[in-house]
This record gives sequence, C-alpha cells and structure tokens, in this order.
Amino acid sequence: MSESIKKLMYLNRRAPYGTIYAWESLEVVLIGAAFEQDVSLAFVDDGVYQIVKGQDTAEVGMKNFSPTYFALGGYEVTKLYVEKESLEERGLTIDDLMPLTWEDEDDDWAEKDSIRLVSREELAEVMAGQDVVFSF
Amino acid sequence: MPIEVNGKSLETDEEGYLVNLAEWEPEIATIMAKEDDLELTDEHWEIINFLREYYDEYQIAPAVRVLTKAVGKKLGKEKGNSKYLYALFPYGPGKQACRFAGLPKPTGCI
Amino acid sequence: MSELHTVNKSPYEKSSFDSCVGYAVAGSAILLMEDGVYAAMQGGATEAKVKSAQGVKFYALGPDMKARGLSEDRVIEGVEIVDYAKFVDLAEEHSKVVSWV
Repeated sequence: MSESIKKLMYLNRRAPYGTIYAWESLEVVLIGAAFEQDVSLAFVDDGVYQIVKGQDTAEVGMKNFSPTYFALGGYEVTKLYVEKESLEERGLTIDDLMPLTWEDEDDDWAEKDSIRLVSREELAEVMAGQDVVFSF
Repeated sequence: MPIEVNGKSLETDEEGYLVNLAEWEPEIATIMAKEDDLELTDEHWEIINFLREYYDEYQIAPAVRVLTKAVGKKLGKEKGNSKYLYALFPYGPGKQACRFAGLPKPTGCI
Repeated sequence: MSELHTVNKSPYEKSSFDSCVGYAVAGSAILLMEDGVYAAMQGGATEAKVKSAQGVKFYALGPDMKARGLSEDRVIEGVEIVDYAKFVDLAEEHSKVVSWV
C-alpha cells in the first residue's frame, strides 16, 4: 500500500490576484487531497505573496481566497515550504505571513505550524525527493 | 430551475445549488429538503449551520472527509462519522447538506 | 506634455516596471496598480529604483494594495497612495497615459 503513496509538490510562483494561477493551484490541491498522497506546497518567487496576511479585497470586487489557506490543515496538507530568499528579495519576513497551522489528531489536536521556512538550497533538495512537481 | 422563497425567485445552477450564496435564508433549506422528501430536524440544522460557519471561515465548502472530521471535533465522535451524516443526508452530507446550506458544491467533490 | 505611466505587473516577474522607470522623464508620473503595487513596498529590490528616479512622481492604487495585504506604513517614502477617483484625476491631468503591461 505504501508504495502507491506518491510525494506530490505544488510549486506556487505567482502573486494571488493578477492572474488565476494561485486560486487554481489551491483548488487542485483541495481536490487532489482526496487521493491521500504525501502532499506539500512550495511558495517561491511571487508565490510568497499568496500567503501574506491582512488581504482585503472588498474594494477591488474579487474573492479574497486567503482564508482558504487556513483550511489546508483540515485537508491534511500540513507541509508548506516558504523560500527564505524569495521573502528577503521582497522585503518580507515570516511575520508578514498568515500564521497557518494544522491540528494533530494523534496528539490531542495540538496546533502545529504548517509553514517551514527553508533556503533555496534546502528546498531544492526537498523538490529533488518528490515523485511529481505541479507548477503554477 | 429557480427556487421560490418568500415571494422571491432565486437562481440555482443545473444541480440545484444556489448561485448567489448571499441570498440564502433558512426557508431555502426547508424548501429544498421538502423536494428531497426530508423533514429537517435540529440534527440537520446543526450540520447545516456548521457548514455555513465553515464556509464563512474558509470560503469553501468542505470535502466530505474533511467535514466528517471537523464535525467529530466540534460536535463529538458519535456525530463525526459517515454513518451518522449519511443517515441525516441520504444523498451525501457534502452534496445535499451543502446545497441546503446555500453553499457551492464541495471543493474536492467530483 | 507630461505623461502618466501605469504599471500593472509585478516587478519581480516582468520587466514592465524597470522599463517604465527607464522611460519616465522628469515631470512625469508613474501609477502602480494591480500586481504593480508590489513595487511600492519598502525593503524590496525596487526601493532604490523608486528613490533614484529624479523628478518622477510615484503613486500606488490603495484598493490593490489592500487586496494584497500591503499596509500603507510599509510604502516607500515619496510614493503617494491614491483611490480610484484620484486615478481618474491623474489621467485627466496628464496629456497622455502610457500603459506598461
């Protein structure tokens, strides 16, 4: 059985509202979560903007889908890699990101951080260990 | 086919889901349930309200598996299982209950 | 004969911002909108370019900043935040609008 579990990574490289990529990626992740694979998300380049906190789209007439990232934990998507270099290049730190967590059912629903801050080098290694990488 | 409620005609999609979820009111759930030969009890409402709260927080309708787990955590293990939820909503707690709650079809529901 | 330039792409993904700044002459204005507003934020690769653009006035569209979670107190010094009404005024005040898409 364990042999059929694949390591899937969704690579997010686009800002959230200028194009449809970010939302489409999120939808595919949620749909794909039904297949119980080993899923992780990577936020690289402008993709880090997807999970910046305080998004408020009321004045631009678009759906604010940033709250949906908080649902990922419930879908057992608990590994969100954020590339340090991409944050730094944009003048951002991890404190600018939404505090995304998941609840560990096997540990009395303890709340655990989903975000893993990694260097490009570290992320490259994680990526190399994947069976499939979906790029958005 | 539009759904008639309190003198208003509200648009639904080809599967019967409300197009504009801001138009939802409890009456809609009652009417939709009647069309499915269901009488809504407090137990039904508990799930419908749970789904509306979930949508409010996350902006999506949960997949059945996710709903089941979340219900178990919030309302207790005896309710957080598919047997209980399917007994309440025979056409599926995701599809049917989300429709009653005015939500879109669950993300992850194929 | 002053121009209003608009940039609606992220400065990290497209060259629109860099090209625009290169073409904006003294007396013209640059309005950052949609994903272009990322260029208005402090601490990023665009800060030095905004500050060294002599005689060019920068604006950023507030609603697009809010949508992206960018707070006003993190905007590069000298960049003015504007609403849609002011955007229209700016377009009227300038002799032409050049869009860097």
